[in-house]
Amino acid sequence: MIEFFKMGGYAGYIWPSYVITLAIIVLNIVWARRSLQQARDEARRRLATSEHPP
Amino acid sequence: MNTSVLKLHATTCCAPQASALRAAQLVLQRDLTLAYRRRGQIIQPLVFFVLITTLFPFAVSPELARLREIAPAALWIGALLASLLALEFLFRDDAQDGTLEQYVLSGQSLTWLLFAKTVTHWLLTGLPLTLVTPLAAFSLGVAYPAMPAIGAAVAIGTAALSLLGAISAGLTLGVRRGGVLLTLLTLPLSLPILIFGARAAELAIKGASVAAPLYLLGAFAVLGVTLAPLAAAAAVRISLE
Amino acid sequence: MAWTWFHKLGSPPYAFSLAGRLTPWFAWPAAALIVAGLYGGLVLAPPDYQQHDAFRIVYVHAPSAWMSLMVYTILAISAAIGLIWRIKVSHAVAASCAPIGASFAVAALVTGSLWGRPMWGTYWEWDPRLTFELILLFFYLGYMALRSSIDDLMRADRASAVLAIVGFANVPIVHYSVEWWNSLHQTATVMKLAKPTMPPAMLIPLLMMLLGFTLLFFALLLLRVRGEILRRERTASWIREAVLI
Repeated sequence: MIEFFKMGGYAGYIWPSYVITLAIIVLNIVWARRSLQQARDEARRRLATSEHPP
Repeated sequence: MNTSVLKLHATTCCAPQASALRAAQLVLQRDLTLAYRRRGQIIQPLVFFVLITTLFPFAVSPELARLREIAPAALWIGALLASLLALEFLFRDDAQDGTLEQYVLSGQSLTWLLFAKTVTHWLLTGLPLTLVTPLAAFSLGVAYPAMPAIGAAVAIGTAALSLLGAISAGLTLGVRRGGVLLTLLTLPLSLPILIFGARAAELAIKGASVAAPLYLLGAFAVLGVTLAPLAAAAAVRISLE
Repeated sequence: MAWTWFHKLGSPPYAFSLAGRLTPWFAWPAAALIVAGLYGGLVLAPPDYQQHDAFRIVYVHAPSAWMSLMVYTILAISAAIGLIWRIKVSHAVAASCAPIGASFAVAALVTGSLWGRPMWGTYWEWDPRLTFELILLFFYLGYMALRSSIDDLMRADRASAVLAIVGFANVPIVHYSVEWWNSLHQTATVMKLAKPTMPPAMLIPLLMMLLGFTLLFFALLLLRVRGEILRRERTASWIREAVLI
């Protein structure tokens, strides 16, 4: 098991690579969902102000 | 100065080929005259270039041998930054006073007119830079035999830069404080020019053949001549919408 | 027949609802493939006889690099379609591609750098492929910067489309740079479809990761494009049902 984590001595290069890539994937998912949510909120606000003009 | 713009409109009623050449001539005359009236603006990039190359002896070492090693880098970074500075006034004044819009509406090919403008711009910025480069190179310890090759590289490289930079200048026309954005957008396009230009300078200083990087620089310049004005015209049209 | 479908795709409400329905069909297979690929690459694949375990970085590096190039291609094509035929949905697709492609270009550069250290002895080399991949990242960033600096969304779409098309020249350069120049970077091992030079135990997890990342991109694209469509449809009536549910 420990041998697996050591990765033949290259652990210092392999694990950061994988962690960073997976972090970027997760970041993308979060970012995309937030972007959609923001667009939805903006649209809702636009609809609200257009239906009830100040 | 709007007489030249009126003349431009007038050219479209004559024979198309003759009028295109006449139109380019008018653009050239107008830009050169205006530049002469704003001599200070033209000098700025030149002074900037000289200042930057002067900074290197202070930052690195006053020894000519060491300076000779970094001379290619110093010269090209200076030339690149000075050219980026100069790009700002390629279209800016004409966009502000409405002349650019007149070019779009004139019935002449916008691509051709912008090409004429870019050539004029190079005459006002790239050419002076090329002439000053031997001086700057000398101050960095470069020997005389290397000068022609370095000068040729700077001439071709700045030409390519003016052409490719016209695209990003067109794209950032309507943007507030677009100077930084202009630099950011031009940078990816200019990196190959920087790489091959510096390589040419390096080889020239060593006394080796400069053919390979010069050909590649030339290729970029040709690419710039053929495609860049088209893209720049599209960019200007979009920015003026 | 095909053109009616294409026209339908250009209709914002249709594209919006289609994107919503298709997302899970890409998201879940992507997750499965990536998990399986990770297991195959980290656990099942034998160590390379030259690079030993270090080669395992390929399972995150190659898919990231592939993504950065593929996404830019899709970005440039949609931008061109949007510019030429003035289709808003196409511009929405282009806008959605940029953040995804940029982040994977970063991933490619970082993982490549980490792989370079044990293999070439250095974290960075001004090697042609690395340099042009960096230029690709600059194009992504420039595209996003140009978009955000123009207030009018339609003008931002069209201006950034010109930039995207100009930058597309960089994509084949990145790919062929290893053949055109004397490069430290290794030449294509997977793209040679005739006989890939990798043994199956190593190749299959790589293919799974490549496919998984691609499906993930489409899932992310579908998520983002819906938001971009909403931003371009001011107060059209169909938005009411789409948004207030």
